[in-house]
Amino acid sequence: MMGTIFGIPPQALFGQLLLGLINGSFYALLSLGLAVIFGMLNVINFAHGALYMMGAFVSWLLLTQLGVGYWWALLIAPIIVGLFGIALEKTLLSRLYKLDHLYGLLLTFGCALMIEGGFRHFYGVSGQPYPIPEALRGGQNLGFMFLPNYRGWVVVASLIVCLSTWLAIEKTKLGAYLRAATENPVLVQAFGINVPVMVSLTYAFGVALAGLAGVLAAPIYQVSPLMGSNLIIVVFAVVVIGGMGSILGAVLTGYGLGLLEGLTKVFYPEASNIVVFVIMAVVLMIKPAGLFGRER
Amino acid sequence: MSVPTQGAATVAVQAGGSSLARIVGLVALAVLLVAPYALYPVFLMKVLCFALFACAFNLLIGFGGLLSFGHAAFFGSAAYVTAHTVKVWGLSPELGILLGTVAAAGMGVLFGSIAIRRQGIYFSMITLALSQMVYFLALQLPFTHGEDGIQAVPRGVLLGVIDLNQPFAMYYFVLVVFLFGYAVIWRTVHSPFGQVLKAIRENEPRAISLGYRTDRYKLMAFTLSAALAGMAGGTKAIVFQLATLTDVQWQMSGEVVLMTLLGGMGTLSGPVVGAALVVALENYLAATNLPVPVVIGAIFVACVLLFRRGIAGEILARFGGGGR
Repeated sequence: MMGTIFGIPPQALFGQLLLGLINGSFYALLSLGLAVIFGMLNVINFAHGALYMMGAFVSWLLLTQLGVGYWWALLIAPIIVGLFGIALEKTLLSRLYKLDHLYGLLLTFGCALMIEGGFRHFYGVSGQPYPIPEALRGGQNLGFMFLPNYRGWVVVASLIVCLSTWLAIEKTKLGAYLRAATENPVLVQAFGINVPVMVSLTYAFGVALAGLAGVLAAPIYQVSPLMGSNLIIVVFAVVVIGGMGSILGAVLTGYGLGLLEGLTKVFYPEASNIVVFVIMAVVLMIKPAGLFGRER
Repeated sequence: MSVPTQGAATVAVQAGGSSLARIVGLVALAVLLVAPYALYPVFLMKVLCFALFACAFNLLIGFGGLLSFGHAAFFGSAAYVTAHTVKVWGLSPELGILLGTVAAAGMGVLFGSIAIRRQGIYFSMITLALSQMVYFLALQLPFTHGEDGIQAVPRGVLLGVIDLNQPFAMYYFVLVVFLFGYAVIWRTVHSPFGQVLKAIRENEPRAISLGYRTDRYKLMAFTLSAALAGMAGGTKAIVFQLATLTDVQWQMSGEVVLMTLLGGMGTLSGPVVGAALVVALENYLAATNLPVPVVIGAIFVACVLLFRRGIAGEILARFGGGGR
């Protein structure tokens, strides 16, 4: 055995770091979706946490009602959440683009209350267990710690999704249209690109990311109507810390803060709930635009 | 200095120009005075506490253009401080509420100086995040008693004379607190300070170019709003003899946003109307099988899409001739 690191047994340290990395994966996926949506629509999507919960619930319903397993849920749930997002954008959000951005926040807050309240009404507040898929049970002994396969998968999957989203936005033609439409929608529309459709699809993609995060989270946390509401507030803090200027910034900040939270759980567990908020306050004091942000 | 006289002139115009408003105000006051003879006093006191809370919140959004999504932090913390000082330290109710207000003001200075570093949506997210931090602290600190909250807070004897265990005495005390808070807000909005605040809301760069240190004004408004929200929270703790996590949760912040939005942002009477409607609605819904958050959320969506001026705002726009 290695003994201890700063008086902490390495098993505990790495265990908490892994948990931090898992949390960080969800922060990254959610803040990525928020940043993509904000870039295009100038709306902070308060319903993001509720849609994350919806993703988890859809996969749970697919399994218990229809017998559809995890791997299909990984595809179907984000699509359903994305379609729901399109409906939301087309019927409600699109009416507010000319107004102050704060109305978008208020509208999506109302939507979040309705979605969460609806699920709560029908399924109660207690969590529903979701089994880990067959292929990902068990774990690896890495020598210094034990790594459950499923947790490793979540970290890898979210890294792949985040990186491919970044590549798609920065390196593809579609991404270039998107970035152009973010800067000047009128001009892009004049070039013959259907900007309203692009806006809808962007919103759908952003919330589908939240839905995907929900499916990934289902086997780790219990599926409950309240799983999204506290998470989204932490993700807001993450977004403030990172600044919404860059996609990569949102992702890096997500993982970094997850790890920091894990470390705090090891060394000073009482503060683990509030460490992200304290860091937010400190960052605002030193660099108000956020670590990767630009002043607007 | 020409600014104060200019402000005073506006006040005179506004006060003199609307004798109708004065009559409505007097009628409203008369109704509040006789209301406990017709309605359940606890319900009325709840309405008044939330009305003051919503008015305090409205001072920021309606007159400063700052949407705080974390006002429950001030309301709830003051409730805890008042409940603790009255129950454990044995202070009188008025001192307890005063300490709660002071604590909320202190937090307002701290949170305000962090939050005003960003504008618009970011400001909302920062206030929400800071209030969530307060929620976690309230969950963990020993004196708040976690999930149980502080229960069985004695109402005590006001100024050593009036026994607040009598419902009518309690009601009129709450009414006085509310009227005091409302008067402070009225005075603030109609002062030169309030005019500068409105100028900042309309066009901040221009206010800066005119030589106003806008950050200082915003911080003062934030602190005042936090203090008044705290006064509402402390009073609520005495009325219900209770301070719990519900008071510091984000749902509470959302509720006060809804009250103000529904009643009319930027109008003085709107938040009062909104608070009365929301409290009455919740009372009604509690007896039915309908899920409260869904109804509240639907009202939010309807307000944002259909009548952004709120109830009082719509009435003023139609009959008031000139709005604000």
